[in-house]
Amino acid sequence: MPDPLLTLEGVHTHIGRYHILQGVDFEVPRGSFTVLLGRNGAGKTTTLRTIMGLWKASQGNIRFAGQDMTARPTPEIAAAGIAYIPENMSVFSGLTVRENLLLAARAGKIDATRLEWIFSLFPAMQRFFGSAAGTLSGGQKQMLAIARALIEPRDLILVDEPTKGLAPAIVANMIKAFREVKNAGATVLLVEQNFMAAKMLGDAVAVMDDGRIVHRGAMAELAADHALQHRLLGLHMDAHQ
Amino acid sequence: MTDRTAEREETALASPPIDWIPILIPVAVALIALPLIGSFSTWVTLTVAALAMGMIIFIMASGLTLVFGLMDVINFGHGVFISVGAYMSLLVLRPLTGWVESPSLALNIGVLVLCILVAMAVSGMFGLVFERLIIRPVYRQHLKQILVTMGGLIIIEQLLHVFFGGSPITIALPQNFRGGLAIGPDMIVERYRLIAVVIGVAVFLAMMLVLNRTRIGLLVRAGVENPEMVEALGYRIRRLFVGVFAAGSALAGLGGVMWGFYQQTLTIGMGLQVLVLIFIVVIIGGLGSIGGCLIGSLLVALVANYTAFLEPKIALISNIALMLVVLMWRPQGLYPVVKV
Ligand SMILES: Nc1ncnc2c1ncn2[C@@H]1O[C@H](COP(=O)(O)OP(=O)(O)OP(=O)(O)O)[C@@H](O)[C@H]1O
Ligand SMILES: [Mg+2]
Repeated sequence: MPDPLLTLEGVHTHIGRYHILQGVDFEVPRGSFTVLLGRNGAGKTTTLRTIMGLWKASQGNIRFAGQDMTARPTPEIAAAGIAYIPENMSVFSGLTVRENLLLAARAGKIDATRLEWIFSLFPAMQRFFGSAAGTLSGGQKQMLAIARALIEPRDLILVDEPTKGLAPAIVANMIKAFREVKNAGATVLLVEQNFMAAKMLGDAVAVMDDGRIVHRGAMAELAADHALQHRLLGLHMDAHQ
Repeated sequence: MTDRTAEREETALASPPIDWIPILIPVAVALIALPLIGSFSTWVTLTVAALAMGMIIFIMASGLTLVFGLMDVINFGHGVFISVGAYMSLLVLRPLTGWVESPSLALNIGVLVLCILVAMAVSGMFGLVFERLIIRPVYRQHLKQILVTMGGLIIIEQLLHVFFGGSPITIALPQNFRGGLAIGPDMIVERYRLIAVVIGVAVFLAMMLVLNRTRIGLLVRAGVENPEMVEALGYRIRRLFVGVFAAGSALAGLGGVMWGFYQQTLTIGMGLQVLVLIFIVVIIGGLGSIGGCLIGSLLVALVANYTAFLEPKIALISNIALMLVVLMWRPQGLYPVVKV
């Protein structure tokens, strides 16, 4: 089996005096779509932020594409090929949609073919290309945040709860877009609370609780095992649809 | 093809409207002052003086607002780059007295440009050293920043003291920039004030161009909003900050040269004196906003000039009052920068 693209080994993270991650172990195989599940406050966002170097791991190590990333500064981690779509989207509201994408394109210019692709995934991006991102709706901001991660090919895309607070139609659009991203061969690590979305997209799954990984396996396995879902996620039968 | 055009039009329509209200305030203040002052020619004189002073303050304050917006650094040392810039013009004016006194406009402009270049280069360099030695160790620690940057200010002031002496130094404007220009019956405006306005507008336009049309500018605007996300896109915000800090210091130096000629007297404490006004401007404008900084500068200068004429007793507190009124209306300043 080839080396996984991303590996976390015994990662601990402290925020101030709080010990948040308490030994996180998991890996993201190249080309896979891995979903990270877990209840509120389990440490999912902290895990992604630690991978990006936005919090420093106090112990353990993080390897990406064969290199040790643990102590690297954030810009270097990003430059190594990781795109990050944070929980709060963090689009630059004073910049136009075009300027947001332009900044994410480190080549200094936007590749026309990729832009066409993004417009086909999210037509609103074309419509509001010249508008300030601050004037977009919540769903459109989320699309822009995703578009920013897609404007150039990246080895790994980290996404934190992209469907949070969005209307079902927009969630469906989002899922469709991620399917295409997946088919295009990208490696994705998705944090998601919406189990239905997670089930439709994920190949592999990891479940967190209290700053640790409590389950790792194939998504198909978890999707089929309602008792396991109930135990890990507290989901009831009627929440499956 | 027609589809594309339709898209463009829709895009244009969707652009956010400019928030005009803050822009209209200085205009309103000027119009309200006219009947209070009574004489039109006095009003013109005061208004032009205020525009000149406002543009100079803008130049001095623009760097500070970006430094604050980008890295959340409170730099009380900023005022000393104004003094440094002003004193550096002596290095040009003393050997080139001939150019200053010459009737040739070209030589007059030449000496002013040289003063500006030397002042910006030296204060920019001081800025680099200051960032490295004084600011860098106290990132994210506001109280220490205030104390340490004050300390830096005192040290550099003492250096000026050693090289130029402590007493005020009078400087002369170049020949062609002296005196007034009649712009109507009974109406004379000082030439240098017009020059100050022209330079200020040029600096503002250049900054807007850099901020809106270049990649660096894009990074600065994005960084003021959310430095962490700029790093997560792969850019080193530190490097950007050092550049902005040096540029801001150089602009303070430019402002110092212009302020020195405006008053035709240099004192070592001149930077610290205007620093209070500059902080008021930065707060009124909205931390990190260049547009707000411009409007705030003009507003502060107009209010200062009008009240000095109408009611000298309240002139001292008029700007504090102005700041309180603006903050009651918009607690984040005229143009709040969306922060994450
Ligand atoms: N800046 C912070 N300071 C202190 N504690 C924090 C901070 N950020 C997160 N925490 C704590 O760390 C724990 C994990 O938070 P994290 O945001 O990683 O959870 P999460 O799994 O992403 O939750 P959610 O599903 O609600 O987004 C929580 O208990 C949270 O209160
Ligand atoms: Mg979270």
